[in-house]
Amino acid sequence: MKLALTVLAIAAALALQTTLTTFVRGTATLDFVLIVVVYLALTSGPTTGLVVGGVAGLIQDSLSSGILGVGGLAKTLVGYLAGRLGTQFIVTAPLPRFLVFIAATVVHAAVFMGLYVLLGLREFPSPWAAVAGQAVGNAFVGVVGFQVLEWLPGFRARRQWRRPARR
Amino acid sequence: MALADIKQRPGLLLGAAVVLHVVIISAQVSTATGLPVLQVVTFGAFAELQRLVTGGVTGVQDLWTGYVDLRGVKDENTSLRQELQALQIRLQEERALAQRAEDLRQLLELRQRAELDTTAAEIIAASASPEFRTVTIDKGSADGLQTDMAVISPTGVVGRLIMPSRRAAKVQLLIDRNAAAGAIIERSRAQGVVLGFGTGQLRMDYVPGTADVKAGDLVVTSGIDGIYPKGFVIGTVESVDHGTGTYHDVRVRPAVDFSRLEEVLVVLTPPPARDAAEAADRP
Repeated sequence: MKLALTVLAIAAALALQTTLTTFVRGTATLDFVLIVVVYLALTSGPTTGLVVGGVAGLIQDSLSSGILGVGGLAKTLVGYLAGRLGTQFIVTAPLPRFLVFIAATVVHAAVFMGLYVLLGLREFPSPWAAVAGQAVGNAFVGVVGFQVLEWLPGFRARRQWRRPARR
Repeated sequence: MALADIKQRPGLLLGAAVVLHVVIISAQVSTATGLPVLQVVTFGAFAELQRLVTGGVTGVQDLWTGYVDLRGVKDENTSLRQELQALQIRLQEERALAQRAEDLRQLLELRQRAELDTTAAEIIAASASPEFRTVTIDKGSADGLQTDMAVISPTGVVGRLIMPSRRAAKVQLLIDRNAAAGAIIERSRAQGVVLGFGTGQLRMDYVPGTADVKAGDLVVTSGIDGIYPKGFVIGTVESVDHGTGTYHDVRVRPAVDFSRLEEVLVVLTPPPARDAAEAADRP
């Protein structure tokens, strides 16, 4: 059930990423797949986070024209770190979640752009504004998504089996 | 490994995932030289491993060859040193043989050039007294040698035969204090008598003060003494003291190096002057 929901979430994120951004202005900078990875990492732990991040990133890479694995590696690291944060700290309030999404987006951008620059394949002149905008957008969508899911009926019950044991 | 165990080790899983992604990325990316990153990275890492292994092996090899394997070097060194000494001795023998062959060749040439009846002899002994400059040769009366026969060498006049025995003979060297030979300055034809000093030098007496003599002139035998054939080299004029007397004081450097004489020729044919003197003495 959990695996199916995870796959479904990734599929939905990819669907949104590939369709919504073409119809809704201002959504092109958002990374829905990253939002889903962070959400699953925060709610399921680092292992799920890095696995989901890796798989989702590879799928996203395969659907794009970039180097396969760059996005996968970035999302693997982000999923792991977000999962770690979710297990080490209480990240249930909107503000901490917002900050986690901000940080996740920055880390993802740093790894993604850093790898391309390191390999000499692409250049990213003055990416800070774009990254900041994406981070805010991802954080906003992520926090809203969290709240929406928590408002849904049966969320508390689902959260009981989703939340990993605190270490 | 069970899935639950993997979940308990997310760090391990992260490492595996990162490596997997790096491999995937590297397989697609080429370096500035056009080679795939994966290949370059793998080769680089493996090369370092090879360098490490080679360094270790070389170190062990050096340790072995530099220390452990040197146990027999002392004996080998001694053996090689002995072999070297033997070879050095053999080299000296070979060099001596070559020198002797050269001396004999020159002697043969002199024999053919002189057109005299000669016999070769080897010096077997030096003088028994330092006061006398004589040598002993290995030929004697049995070989037809007689007193006052001239002894020569390829470089010049050696001396005269003063005491023949049956199988050996004593030769008075020209540098002996009692030796003398009729001589002539080749360039100016000035005549005189060459006498030994007993020290290795010669002096030429009875050279008229009016004669043209200068350092460097060649002094040869005149043949008038009835012992030495005419025209054989005695030496070169080393210095001339014209003085105020009747005769020049002439110093002559011998042509023969008496210290390294080994073979000589004994002239069997008496010079014409002796024949004439002997004929005059006959009744």
